[in-house]
Amino acid sequence: MQTESKIRAEYGTDSGPRGPGCSLRHFACEQNLLSRPDGSASFLQGDTSVLAGVYGPAEVKVSKEIFNKATLEVILRPKIGLPGVAEKSRERLIRNTCEAVVLGALHPRTSITIVLQVISDAGSLLACCLNAACMALVDAGVPMRALFCGITCVLDSDGTLVLDPTAKQEKEARAVLTFALDSVDQKLLMSTTKGLYSDAELQQCLAAAQAASQHVFHFYRESLQRRYSKS
Amino acid sequence: MKETPLSNCERRFLLRAIEERKRLDGRQTYDYRNIKITFGTDYGCCVVELGKTRVLGQVSCELVSPKLNRATEGILFFNLELSQMAAPAFEPGRQSDLLVKLNRLLERCLRNSKCIDTESLCVVAGEKVWQIRVDLHLLNHDGNIIDAASIAAIVALCHFRRPDVSVQGNEVTLYTPEERDPVPLSIHHMPVCVSFAFFQQGTFLLVDPSEREERVMDGLLVIAMNKHREICTIQSSGGIMLLNEQVLRCSKIAGVKVAEITELIQKALENDRKARKEGGKFGFAESIANQRITAFKMEKALVDTSDVEEKAEEIIAEAEPPPEVVSNPVLWTPGTAQIGEGIENSWGDLEDSEKEDEDEGGSDEAIVVGSVRADAGIEACSVGSQDAPIVLSDSEEEEMIILEPDTNPKKIRTQTVSAKQGKAPSKQPVKRRKKKRIAN
Repeated sequence: MQTESKIRAEYGTDSGPRGPGCSLRHFACEQNLLSRPDGSASFLQGDTSVLAGVYGPAEVKVSKEIFNKATLEVILRPKIGLPGVAEKSRERLIRNTCEAVVLGALHPRTSITIVLQVISDAGSLLACCLNAACMALVDAGVPMRALFCGITCVLDSDGTLVLDPTAKQEKEARAVLTFALDSVDQKLLMSTTKGLYSDAELQQCLAAAQAASQHVFHFYRESLQRRYSKS
Repeated sequence: MKETPLSNCERRFLLRAIEERKRLDGRQTYDYRNIKITFGTDYGCCVVELGKTRVLGQVSCELVSPKLNRATEGILFFNLELSQMAAPAFEPGRQSDLLVKLNRLLERCLRNSKCIDTESLCVVAGEKVWQIRVDLHLLNHDGNIIDAASIAAIVALCHFRRPDVSVQGNEVTLYTPEERDPVPLSIHHMPVCVSFAFFQQGTFLLVDPSEREERVMDGLLVIAMNKHREICTIQSSGGIMLLNEQVLRCSKIAGVKVAEITELIQKALENDRKARKEGGKFGFAESIANQRITAFKMEKALVDTSDVEEKAEEIIAEAEPPPEVVSNPVLWTPGTAQIGEGIENSWGDLEDSEKEDEDEGGSDEAIVVGSVRADAGIEACSVGSQDAPIVLSDSEEEEMIILEPDTNPKKIRTQTVSAKQGKAPSKQPVKRRKKKRIAN
């Protein structure tokens, strides 16, 4: 089994347009770049870029008020045209993920609004949206029980696993799986998949995503350490 | 979320400062804030920062049939969006007065000034023309949206490349960027808006008002001009009377400002072109200042996935094998079939048990049920807990699995002995349990 996986990894090196199949593209993050929102972050994964702004805890409309916790709202704006069904579905996935970690009970009868703007889409958009949302929530100082990150992985027609795919790899893939994992014990918060895969492949993807999440959380930590450092 | 109101003392402070020819950010009367233009990896994508005001511009194109009265002209479409990200008061999906005003002004500045050669966008007269769509998203609102948006729009249009097309007879061929280099739009001139805010009924004038200044201003004059000092649009709003000389003075200032801005735009476009030509790095990732404390970058990270397969196998081995559900349909009578056993209907349970409590022991039906069950000798799963469901089956199937959603986490497998007695099986397990308790 060990040898087989190695062969696969090497095969990924040859076929992948950006080096080894199981690597993450370069990451970049900038926090607090907008003056109006309470917290903001722009997150880049390769050429994919998402800008997030967070308002909250703030005043809530009476119709949306929840008496024992904060109302969480996610708005995802596409770059071209008006938001459609795909954006609505992503908004819901992101909202459910955030609701799982945000300690809304500490701020009852308030609203927490996350506005996400797609700056450029070059694959793994949902994962990038999740990462941007997390960094913006951290910047806004919203209390959370854990951090979260999004990881996308794809399975090629020959079963090769690729992490953090580009748009081209996503298009050619047999299955695209996106997971949201929490930082405490890498438990699954959300998963959405497209395409066909076996249960063994699902577990493989999940294990790979958990391994990759360590790198993302490490990136979060270093980024925040730098932010709150003195120089 | 509502806009935070400006307090009276803030208002008075701002106006007093303007009277003393001072601005809160230390600018002079005619100074613009810093303009920063960055480009994305795609063609026609840019972010313009005017101080803290930030606008994202993206140009896209598609082939459409032209308007009936303009058979040989392409279509230009502008859409400015005020995202909630920019300010909490902006509501998504609402056409506010401000938004309509800004969109209209942009159209007049860019479409009606004929800065884009729309005739060159025609592919087949009367059949196929290019529709150029300019999407502008306000990301952060710190005053003077229109100047930032007009700069973003013209920069994005200049940066944009549309796919090349060729026409042979009636056939239109669209080339991908790999086949043929995309072609830029033909742009005649670059109109840029310059805003002037007036205070105290036109006594004081400021160029490029910030958000705070916009809130206390009496009137606004927007002049769209190109670097040849040709006025493309002029609009005065806020209901303020301006003198002839004031407008002329503003147009002179606008001429100077537009020349500066145009030079900056051309320099930015030239830099990006060079970066792309030399194959260097470009895009937003490069524009993030690495020395800034709030920014952080990480190079490509290799993820060790060699043990992934083993882990997956472990998990699968540990997991309970999925139950093999036999789902041969059982035909009761012609026209009604049943697949599997199904879950016991719990609708009537509560009422039934209450009824039983009322007539203790007097219910003959329940006794019958009990006796039938004893006769039938059907082996049911033991009543482990009080809530454990008792499931009966009389079907011919070897194995039957009943999934009980919440009461019992373990799947119950009942080995059904083929009911040879042929008696009507009980369908009221709850009643039976009840009866048992009574008997005890």
